[in-house]
Amino acid sequence: MNAAQMVTALKEKFGEAVLSTVEFRGEQTLNVTPAMTKPVLKYCHDELSFDYLVDISSVDHSGEEPRFEMVYELYGYSHNEHLRVKCRVADEVEVPTVSDIWPTANWHEREIYDMMGIKFEGHPDLRRILMWDGYPYFPLRKEFPLAGLPSEMPDVAFSGIAPMADGPFVTSPGAADTVTREPRSKRDV
Amino acid sequence: MVAPAEVHAAYDSKIEGNIVFTKLDAAINWMRKNSLWPMPMGLACCAIEMMAAACSRYDLSRFGAEVMRFSPRQADVMIVAGTVTYKMALAVKRIWDQMPEPKWCIAMGACASSGGMYRSYAVLQGVDQIIPVDVYISGCPPRPEALIEGMMRLQRKIEGESSMHDQKQQLLADLA
Repeated sequence: MNAAQMVTALKEKFGEAVLSTVEFRGEQTLNVTPAMTKPVLKYCHDELSFDYLVDISSVDHSGEEPRFEMVYELYGYSHNEHLRVKCRVADEVEVPTVSDIWPTANWHEREIYDMMGIKFEGHPDLRRILMWDGYPYFPLRKEFPLAGLPSEMPDVAFSGIAPMADGPFVTSPGAADTVTREPRSKRDV
Repeated sequence: MVAPAEVHAAYDSKIEGNIVFTKLDAAINWMRKNSLWPMPMGLACCAIEMMAAACSRYDLSRFGAEVMRFSPRQADVMIVAGTVTYKMALAVKRIWDQMPEPKWCIAMGACASSGGMYRSYAVLQGVDQIIPVDVYISGCPPRPEALIEGMMRLQRKIEGESSMHDQKQQLLADLA
């Protein structure tokens, strides 16, 4: 069974819970309801033998509702197929952990909690993983400034605001000539 | 023909040539600068260049700085080689504080000097915000030759220091 057939099987099995499917250059993506995300992932692991959770990421669609999106990248070593499962989650809503299905999800979910502030229901050890315990912000959220924000934890760590010096310097890949393609300050002056 | 003994005689032939007249400051500085014991604070890719500088091809020991000490209590000069994150910053400071005086610091590379390309919430914008830096080395990462050049500049800086400054002040205060 290839990935496209698996998507068909999942649509038959879960019906309404599969909101939409996308195929882009052979990549299969499944949009599912938040409530059914974990059962779908469990089925992918147990029945469709997606034994490798490549990555979990999260997207901040700031200004939209629901605000966040979870993205699960699955892979199966027995059939060499990829599958992407997405679900939208609202702010302040806890997402069920998948660390009981794939143990590797433990650290992926800690990173998402650390950077984006999404909490995971049933996670065995939901602590920050990159920033220190007690850091007050979630740096990958859209409202967090690129230069950072000051914070202070005596004897643990502190943080400051980076001087942007006219940055960030952004390239324009589609531009006509090399001079315009060079990284330039895009700050409004 | 036998030369008369008087020709070779000095004020004391036993110690002739074994005495050098110098200033105490100069003698102390000469000893300090020629046996710098670095504390390698390797935090990123600069550390690879630092290791290369210490290995046979570039051979930092030609300049008396090969005794890399991984204990701050045995080190003179801290080479901060790499990106200092805010999470690491106080650990770097704690290690610096454990080094005995006199001590010097080299900020190796763009990140340690100024945060480099990391204008970011996570990176300290230059290690000089937490510890005093004597020599900054540009580069991303600097080549081993640049580190050696930085080390030699530090040696020239040590040469010019007033190593007995505190003791002289103390003596003057005692005399007054």
